[in-house]
Amino acid sequence: MNAPATDPGSLPNVRLRQVGRPLTRTDAPGKVTGRTPYAGDYVMPNMLHMRVVRADLASARLVRLDVSKARSLEGVACVLTGDDLPDRTASTDIPGQTGQKRLDTGQQILVKERVRYFGEALALIAAETRDIADHATELVEVELEPVPGVYDPIEALKPDAPIVQGTTNVVAERRIRKGDVDAGFARADLIVENTFRTPFQEHAFLEPEVGLAWVDENAVVNIRVSTQVIEHFRPIADAIGVPHNRVRIRGALVGGGFGGKEDLTVEVYLALLALRTGRPVRPEYTREDSFVGHGKRHPFVMTYRTGVTRDGRITALDVEMVADSGAYVFLSPYVILYALVAAPGPYRVDNLNVHARAVATNNMFTSAFRGFGALQACAAYEQQMDEVARTIGLDRMELRRRNFLKTGEPISTGFVPPSAIWTEECAERAWAALGDPTPAAGPLRIGRGIACYQQSYGRLTFLHDTSEAWVGVEMDGTVVVRSGVTDIGAGQASALGQIAVEVLGVTLDNVVIYNSDTAVTPLAGTTTATRALYMTGNAVKQAAEAVRARLAERAARELGVAAGDIDMAFNEVFVADHPERSMPFVELVRICGAEGIHRSELVMFRAPFTDFLDPETGQGQAHPDYAYGAHAVEVSVDVDTGEVEVLKSIAAHDVGQCINPAAVEGQIQGGAQNGQGYALSEEMLYEEGRLVTPSFSEYLMPTAMDMPKVECIVLESRSGVGPFGAKGIGEPAMTPVAPAIANAVADAIGVRVFEMPITPERVVMAMKRHDAAG
Amino acid sequence: MSNDRTIALRVNGRDERATVPAHRTLLEALREIGHREVKSGCEKGDCGACAVLLDGMAVDSCLTLAWTAEGKEVTTVLGLGDLDALHPVQEAFSEGGAAQCGYCTPGIIIASKAILDENPNPSEDDIRVGLSGNLCRCTGYTKVFEAVREAAATLRGAESGR
Repeated sequence: MNAPATDPGSLPNVRLRQVGRPLTRTDAPGKVTGRTPYAGDYVMPNMLHMRVVRADLASARLVRLDVSKARSLEGVACVLTGDDLPDRTASTDIPGQTGQKRLDTGQQILVKERVRYFGEALALIAAETRDIADHATELVEVELEPVPGVYDPIEALKPDAPIVQGTTNVVAERRIRKGDVDAGFARADLIVENTFRTPFQEHAFLEPEVGLAWVDENAVVNIRVSTQVIEHFRPIADAIGVPHNRVRIRGALVGGGFGGKEDLTVEVYLALLALRTGRPVRPEYTREDSFVGHGKRHPFVMTYRTGVTRDGRITALDVEMVADSGAYVFLSPYVILYALVAAPGPYRVDNLNVHARAVATNNMFTSAFRGFGALQACAAYEQQMDEVARTIGLDRMELRRRNFLKTGEPISTGFVPPSAIWTEECAERAWAALGDPTPAAGPLRIGRGIACYQQSYGRLTFLHDTSEAWVGVEMDGTVVVRSGVTDIGAGQASALGQIAVEVLGVTLDNVVIYNSDTAVTPLAGTTTATRALYMTGNAVKQAAEAVRARLAERAARELGVAAGDIDMAFNEVFVADHPERSMPFVELVRICGAEGIHRSELVMFRAPFTDFLDPETGQGQAHPDYAYGAHAVEVSVDVDTGEVEVLKSIAAHDVGQCINPAAVEGQIQGGAQNGQGYALSEEMLYEEGRLVTPSFSEYLMPTAMDMPKVECIVLESRSGVGPFGAKGIGEPAMTPVAPAIANAVADAIGVRVFEMPITPERVVMAMKRHDAAG
Repeated sequence: MSNDRTIALRVNGRDERATVPAHRTLLEALREIGHREVKSGCEKGDCGACAVLLDGMAVDSCLTLAWTAEGKEVTTVLGLGDLDALHPVQEAFSEGGAAQCGYCTPGIIIASKAILDENPNPSEDDIRVGLSGNLCRCTGYTKVFEAVREAAATLRGAESGR
């Protein structure tokens, strides 16, 4: 191992008794019994039901919108159109926690004149029942006049292309210029150039957009909603024209997010209707509403030009990336920034040019999705590595070994990650675990592939990210954690509990975690960007340590030793070297209570703060740190039908330190499903911007029949910047999966499919073209 | 509505009533009378989140009209076991980390129960086929398969008096 294991904790006596164990998550019993209420499970008396009327063209002028019949239908309480919301827009930018300057990224809440994507909201209806709301939507008369649109980002860059909004279709552009690319290419023995295409992807969380909004006795708009980001209360307040302290988001356990509940979804609609009617309002979103109502993963077109010596050293890399931003900006400028930083992957490239653009089209807007641009880059750089290896006749693993970044070396932006870089260890382990090859039989060809990655964890450092948490001990020795963090299914809340009990020496069943409420839990920031454990985990750890230090100091006096000799575990407090000299934790807490010793602490954890990357060279620090790992697969390809089956799926990641290994494996295995669907079957088909696959019977994600058992190899360098040396696994779990599968398919059939998803049709076509070319 | 009818349902062993029109699905009716443990994912029979046992058979309650459930035994995930007394299937899911966001979990647990009722010792393929109507976006199914096998072993052990 090439990196030193770092000190696992700042407290000498913390020996990781609970962290690192697969404890049953605090949220599990409620979920397996159905007792857990999700945001859509709340009802209130006198509640109204909301439906959204949507445009059925992607590019059009709104000629007439007549809601009079809908308004006069019995049981309809309110109908809102763009005319009712003069000049109101909703911010589509990152919810800033420290007042960062925002891009000019407002979106009309309801269409006023111009429809820019299929499904854009025209009107909101609130009615006594869902049936009445449904009926009222049919009574809305809409006349749309088609306007020429543009549906391909490459087309949208042409000089005569229709402009979606403003003066240019280029909504964001970023560059890296490092070293001397011309000199690097001059030194190369071979130059390999390929263009890779990646598709739209739908998050497909099982819980659609749900919630309930009402105005309370203090004129505060309360919104119970399924969201990854409770800090949206600020843009919501701006959008509806009330002060920030008059919007309260009460989250709930989220039925899946993956980035799809990172932007605003139904919050502004609900808030507007609740304010207008003075009554509680819940959304009635169908699955089709969900498909057309939230942003998708950016499709990318990526051209990689790699200069390489015959012995497999990369001498230069030139990358051109174009991302389809869809009709509104949303998080596109940041998504291409992630792609830019990730462009060369976990490899040393001293001579590097990257040019990344996000381009507007009249497609569905695109925004956050697990992997956030860095995943699309991985899909290209890892396929390119295989193509380079094939071209120079070198083993794929050997080419990677000769170019891997090592611990202490700078990444694309010149920044040296503070943690270990264990890509090679992960790759070797995953590759070896594939074992003996499955024999080919009949029309089935067997192929293997690997992909390695670099993925950030923690938000962009120029956003000056912070996270707060409060930890307190009750008089009976039970522990309370309060933090605004949202739990989107990965066990974010339970992990915080596990950290707190580790530090305080109690057991997980003695902890209650309150989270996800802007009024009663300290703001922890978003559950996005693989940041929740890193940021809020650190905040909880520090808060618990502060409480522990005060308790230990008092215990030391009681037991007649120095505070540094006190240890705490499993509800007992004792002298580290003499565990027989002990007292129950609860007794210590009672003494502290009686003496007024403070048993709680509020902590704000701050990520590193930096400037923007240099706009010309792209050099500087973009993220706090990076995670590394690899995914290996074996596939069979039926050369008659083009069907691909994944036979083995093996993930190896350096997670720094597991908090809960079962949760880590769960993330990895779920990421394998997301990535496999992305590679092979998940396809959003659009016709002139109109989505023609808005259901789970048309948009095909892997089922129990399609997924192999996913094997997890979890390495712990204990070198990360998260609590106890943890890194993050949320996004990394998915990032390398699709290119590993693409490489395995190419290995099986001897020809590459350059566009995902690798459907049977594309496989057959690629083989035909290959045969025709001889 | 004019065609509302009050129907008698037997849910988790208790008699309940719902007043619903003919087009109301069992999913909607159950949720209206408070069974929020039954989840709505697609309302088209694609995802299985709303699965319940109807006279012991797993069905998508979104594809079942409420009136047709009259006189039949409906079992939701909460009918299998509650917080103080988990059913072995629920326990295996809880302890094995097979529930992540948990939204598909009630339907998957119902489908798993139906698999095990049919075959106490299901093969890997039996489990896959039995769960093929239930989508999950979080787990990749690996821990779900493990939980079903674990529950099967526990139930077989209980049956044989171990």
